[in-house]
Amino acid sequence: MSELAQLMRQYDVLGGFWMTIKLTVVSALGSLILGVIVVIMRISPVKAFQLFGKGYVNVIRNTPLTVIVTFCALAFYNVLAWRLAGPDARSSVQLFWWGVVALSVYHSTFVAEGIRSGINTVPPGQAEAARSIGLTFGQTLSQVILPQAVRGSVTPLGNTLIALTKNTTVVSAIGVAEASYVMKNMIEFSPNFIYAIFILMALGFVILTLPVGMLVSWASTKLAVQR
Amino acid sequence: MAAFIPEDTGPLVHDIGETILELSHVEKHFGELHVLQDINLTVARGEVVVVLGPSGSGKSTLCRTINRLETIDSGTITIDGTELPSEGKALARLRAEVGMVFQSFNLFAHKTILENVMLGPVKVRKRPRAEAEKSARELLERVGVANQASKYPAQLSGGQQQRVAIARSLAMDPQIMLFDEPTSALDPEMVQEVLDVMVSLARGGMTMIVVTHEMGFARKAANRVVFMSDGMIVEKSDPETFFTNPTSDRAKDFLGKILH
Repeated sequence: MSELAQLMRQYDVLGGFWMTIKLTVVSALGSLILGVIVVIMRISPVKAFQLFGKGYVNVIRNTPLTVIVTFCALAFYNVLAWRLAGPDARSSVQLFWWGVVALSVYHSTFVAEGIRSGINTVPPGQAEAARSIGLTFGQTLSQVILPQAVRGSVTPLGNTLIALTKNTTVVSAIGVAEASYVMKNMIEFSPNFIYAIFILMALGFVILTLPVGMLVSWASTKLAVQR
Repeated sequence: MAAFIPEDTGPLVHDIGETILELSHVEKHFGELHVLQDINLTVARGEVVVVLGPSGSGKSTLCRTINRLETIDSGTITIDGTELPSEGKALARLRAEVGMVFQSFNLFAHKTILENVMLGPVKVRKRPRAEAEKSARELLERVGVANQASKYPAQLSGGQQQRVAIARSLAMDPQIMLFDEPTSALDPEMVQEVLDVMVSLARGGMTMIVVTHEMGFARKAANRVVFMSDGMIVEKSDPETFFTNPTSDRAKDFLGKILH
């Protein structure tokens, strides 16, 4: 116990996890917005959009996250010098936002597929009835299909959120000081506390992700649509 | 507006107006299957047309092409002088004028009965909520399910759900109502309550195209019977002539099987 307390004093463990939370929340929002756009493209009646959506999902989903993260940092930030956080922001802030972009782009494919599987649980008659009373494509989606698809999407979206939380550790590769970055420092400089360090990290992530899982189970029952 | 040219229609139950729907040389394939072959049909305002035929004869497909839930390969469908648009807002506008009642009801499962009926008027017709709610309640009263307004579709019996579905279509003040086997998914004791609503609609002068196996309804409410077989319209006549004196062998064969 005293080892844990000493580690907490010596290193910024809480700061690391706070960075993890910031990365998770911002990337979750980003991937939700991107994912919804992609899934609307995939189910739209326009062939070009369908193909783009399908291509995007298949290319991005099958690319390792590490590749996307380092590509964003090296190609877009280092080489092309695109400064997402404005021209004057520090490098650590710039890299935080590039990390968010990489995480959002990668996880948006899982969000899109999660929502699509939810949409597939809605009987086709619902869309036909909506169209037959004169609702447009957008109204059919927003009024009839998506509200019912949410229920079927909750579980896959929850899984994606949990995966995203843990995948934020990948951006330590570009020097964003989140939890696993702090962990590497601790292992480097306090190697005799190795077990305590691992337990601390595992516990931290479980504390973050366990409520998400519980919330998802609760929500999927709560949102059930009777048929 | 073209004057209505009666085809071989026979006597009519009530007065009908000018042409409102015209299908001309409509063709459709499902892969190899030729489901609609040179379909020509003219329907007048206020007319009730019952489409009969063995299963697989294309009668449901015909019904669904009229509001373009099914596309057609060639030919034209004209509603109130306007050719059916193929995409987008114009199509949505035209669909609002054509009510549709499905075999499987298709009430919006996440909305209450009242919300089901109000959705179209509020979102498509842009009517104020209070006004839409008032007329929705009147319609539910008319089809006899006013006391179920705050329930969800799954809590209602099939017959009640189908009557709500009719009210949902009526809420749009459609010019034509399509019924695609509206009683086929119902328990036998619930068929009559739905047919009663349909008969009263027919009596009220609604233009209706009804795909059904209910011969009683055809006799009671139809101005005209269209008999389909193998994707073709084989016979068009008034109900009395069709049931007592069919001309084609296929119609005779069909009637022989269903009327004992």
